[in-house]
Amino acid sequence: MSETILETKNLTYQYGIGTPFEKTAVEDVSISIEKGEFLGVIGHTGSGKSTLIQMLNGLIRPTSGQVLLDGQDIWAEPKKIRAVRFRVGMVFQYPEYQLFEETVLKDIVFGPKNMGLSDEEALARAKEAAAFTGLKEELWEKSPFELSGGEKRRAAIAGVIAMDPDVLILDEPTAGLDPRGRDVLLAQITQYHKKRQNTVMLVSHSMEDIGRTADRLLVMNQSRCAMLAPTKEVFSQSAKLEQMGLRVPQITKIVQELGALGCPVDPSTLTVDDALKQLLPYLKQKLPRKEAGSDAV
Amino acid sequence: MAFIQVKDVHFSYDLEPGARKEVLHGINLEIGEGEFVALLGHNGCGKSTMAKLFNGMLVPGSGQVLVDGLDAGKEENQLEVRRRVGLVLQNPDNQLVAGIVEEDVAFGPENLGVPPEEIRKRVDAALKAVDMYHYREHAPHKLSGGQKQRVAIAGIIAMETRCIVLDEPTAMLDPRGRQEVMETILRLNREKGITIVLITHYMDEAVQAGRVVVMDEGKVLMDGAPQEVFRQVERLKRHDLDVPQATELCYRLQAAGVGLPEIPLSVEKCVGMFKEVL
Repeated sequence: MSETILETKNLTYQYGIGTPFEKTAVEDVSISIEKGEFLGVIGHTGSGKSTLIQMLNGLIRPTSGQVLLDGQDIWAEPKKIRAVRFRVGMVFQYPEYQLFEETVLKDIVFGPKNMGLSDEEALARAKEAAAFTGLKEELWEKSPFELSGGEKRRAAIAGVIAMDPDVLILDEPTAGLDPRGRDVLLAQITQYHKKRQNTVMLVSHSMEDIGRTADRLLVMNQSRCAMLAPTKEVFSQSAKLEQMGLRVPQITKIVQELGALGCPVDPSTLTVDDALKQLLPYLKQKLPRKEAGSDAV
Repeated sequence: MAFIQVKDVHFSYDLEPGARKEVLHGINLEIGEGEFVALLGHNGCGKSTMAKLFNGMLVPGSGQVLVDGLDAGKEENQLEVRRRVGLVLQNPDNQLVAGIVEEDVAFGPENLGVPPEEIRKRVDAALKAVDMYHYREHAPHKLSGGQKQRVAIAGIIAMETRCIVLDEPTAMLDPRGRQEVMETILRLNREKGITIVLITHYMDEAVQAGRVVVMDEGKVLMDGAPQEVFRQVERLKRHDLDVPQATELCYRLQAAGVGLPEIPLSVEKCVGMFKEVL
């Protein structure tokens, strides 16, 4: 059995209690997040996922229920909540808007310095974090505002990674990036996760991105946890997801339909590479290309 | 004559005193009235600069942008150009100004000096066109991202521009919100004949356009029907672009020796094709 790092017990958050706008954003969520896992978080707008992740690092205090980090209620001593935020690092949407320092490196070093580390140690961490996110050394002494969109995004993520959190939460880290920028950033996050072996939570609207990175998926729907299961298991239930305004990756949809047509293919296939491997032998035999020499490939 | 004509346009940004960076190197492009054009390219290729040239927010360094025959770079044409080309941006929160949905939609026509009775009619019609009429008395900040974008689009429709340029309108939306916005855009194009220029990083959105223009390093790299452009999988990938997963799968199956009648661009077309051949 793997160890639990974060756990929620009947976690609930209500906005505007006692006003006409009272609304329950998160209702009775009890989940366990394992040490070292890559957890995807999906749910349509208003499903409660943003409120949930903000409770996980103590930015919002639950109206009822608990968040346990390593078994300890994070609100047991409210004065120590800052320590929780160092251990559960959060990268918000469009984090590049939060860059503020004169140079890239100064910006990245801000977090570890705030934790009370010595200048040398903070700097060492900042450099390591910058390298992790693929930020080239020649950019370190530049103003963050001279960087391109993708580079700024990396600098902002490096600032959180530099605090060396046990849990790293990324809210839509690839929003607004072009396809290549998205692929590179996702690859770097996956590599970071492998190397550091910490827990990563990735919130995304892109089922394709989630499909190729996450081990397990947390599905939020109408303020509640609708599913928490291995990615393949979640994506094998396309009808259920569609009811929640979500969908499976395109490739998964295609293999499911092909399966119904009699192709021997796993209905929870998540990547084009994987689909190709399974389909090729069958389809080559069933639909050989007509031109001469077609089986040369 | 084409509705928008871009004639040998160069454009540079000022970096700091004395330093300039040219981002558009001689663009030639014509967009006809009623077309739906998707504009693709990686970040920094000049797409957003193009969008701002189309309605005179930016002025070309050299060359000309003509909108309905008017030179969009001339200050005296500014108002007339913006009556014809409306711009919708990526972040819905940056473009809504009023505290109530219908007042927000009325903001544009008010500024154009449209009489009040006429504004009422236009606002109602615009909100119906984007399917947000039921929300006319709501507060914009309480809407979902997709709903906000549809209100922003309604604001442009109420100005009765003949062309709408959308710069990554779905980048911040969830799948449902994206679909709402795409359905709205398609309907405006098909039913009202509004010319659409859609800038996007989502290939599954681009394949729904009538024409795809791919930009790279400040130049037009490809220009054609989605079928023609997305068939060039390797070339797109070389330029850091992507193709829909359905297209990639079928392209690679075909390359490995499977006989397929076509390379489909969407999940539906792909499934339909396999239903026929299997």
